[in-house]
Amino acid sequence: MPIQYTEDHEWINVEGGIATVGITHHAQDALGDVVFVDLPEVGATLDQKAVAGVVESVKAAADVYMPVSGEITEVNEALRADPALANSDPLGAGWFFKVKLSDASQLDALLDETAYAKFAEAAE
Amino acid sequence: MSVPADLLKTPLHALHLELGARMVPFAGYSMPVQYPSGLMAEHLHTRTAAGLFDVSHMGQLRLEGGDAAAAFESLMPVDVIDLPVGKQRYGLLLNDDGGILDDLMFFNRGADLFVIVNGACKVADIDHIEKRIGHRCEVIPMPEMALLALQGPQAVTALARFAPEVAKLVFMTGGRFQVADTDCFITRSGYTGEDGFEISVPAEQADWLARQLLTQPEVKPIGLGARNSLRLEAGLCLYGNDIDESTTPVEAGLNWAMQKVRRTGGARAGGFPGADKVLAQLADGVPRKRVGLVALERIPVRDHTELQDPSGRKIGEVTSGLLGPSIDRPVAMGYVTPDHAALGTRVNAIVRGKPVPMEVASMPFVPNRYFRG
Repeated sequence: MPIQYTEDHEWINVEGGIATVGITHHAQDALGDVVFVDLPEVGATLDQKAVAGVVESVKAAADVYMPVSGEITEVNEALRADPALANSDPLGAGWFFKVKLSDASQLDALLDETAYAKFAEAAE
Repeated sequence: MSVPADLLKTPLHALHLELGARMVPFAGYSMPVQYPSGLMAEHLHTRTAAGLFDVSHMGQLRLEGGDAAAAFESLMPVDVIDLPVGKQRYGLLLNDDGGILDDLMFFNRGADLFVIVNGACKVADIDHIEKRIGHRCEVIPMPEMALLALQGPQAVTALARFAPEVAKLVFMTGGRFQVADTDCFITRSGYTGEDGFEISVPAEQADWLARQLLTQPEVKPIGLGARNSLRLEAGLCLYGNDIDESTTPVEAGLNWAMQKVRRTGGARAGGFPGADKVLAQLADGVPRKRVGLVALERIPVRDHTELQDPSGRKIGEVTSGLLGPSIDRPVAMGYVTPDHAALGTRVNAIVRGKPVPMEVASMPFVPNRYFRG
């Protein structure tokens, strides 16, 4: 599936019922140098829009929300050790956590790349 | 990017945009919070080389007349009268309850007192000074001047190429210098904890001067974001965060700014707004004190975070906090009850509902490197 986006500036990439989640390039750019991430606990079940983590730059802290409901199956320990990955490779090595989807229909309402680009531009 | 119509611009506004700065509203001005290299790189560059800051949003004014020093002294718990010509000092405007209206720098230029106040406070400050002592001296705002700060261990190398004599200045002294054909009033001071200079320059020449300084290999433009992280590592108060009208100089730990001559038993004791309260606090203690804090886990602890003792009782609040870029650990300052103010005391900061252990630590968090000769 192509990558999808939320209006809270998360991205989500679903493969085989497991979604990988991170923050967008736009979000990391707005935050500036990321210095700390707080990741959810593996095994936790969280609803869509629940706070799943926190990303902090030198100047600000921002919540990371669940793009969809589900169970956390894995978190990115490399990101915990090197939070700057969220800046240098937000859609790759800087991913935050993986979720086992509990309601795949929630994906239908998320933004595609074009719609998110427009949304992010309008938010500037 | 467009600037909302109600925001003021400094004389360097076009230069900031040209340099790719991210502009934010600050103290009524559109100001650069960071340039493309980012806060962290800018912070570290200032600590190792030299950073150029636009601080033209700050207020500049001068007080003229034979009675200016005595008049100005009546507004602050600070020795103004004995400040020698050619020297600068830190001062505090107080309200009648001893609360801090603003912190400022003043310089005895012989013919006048040159004063620099915070941008967000300047209108109120000038009004306050005019009302209280306008009948004793001339209070002259200087909106025609811009203000640059060149900070960092290589600031002197860069600036001395234009004006070799600045290398002879020591911390908190200054004078008039020609820099790149521009008349400047320069002081060896700043607000980063580093050696450096503040340069008052006619507004119409500020852009030219900034561009000349930026041609120097040591110098990079630095935004307000790094200015904030630098000053916090240096243990310096941010007006509006760490000090305000509700805090007194004694609570804020600014006793060093109140010279002996103005204290009980001194030759010119008291006589400033709120003197009864401030002098009583010096003698008897305060209900809360500003302290430095370091977190024992790698979690930034931010402004307004509640501080608790180990039993969960609220004992204070963080007023400034972030991950210190130079020391790579979370640092903060805040207010606690006096029984928790001793160095090494453990407290808990409540971050997102969870206690983060912190320890009361001495400031500055990064040693000051002022040039004292």
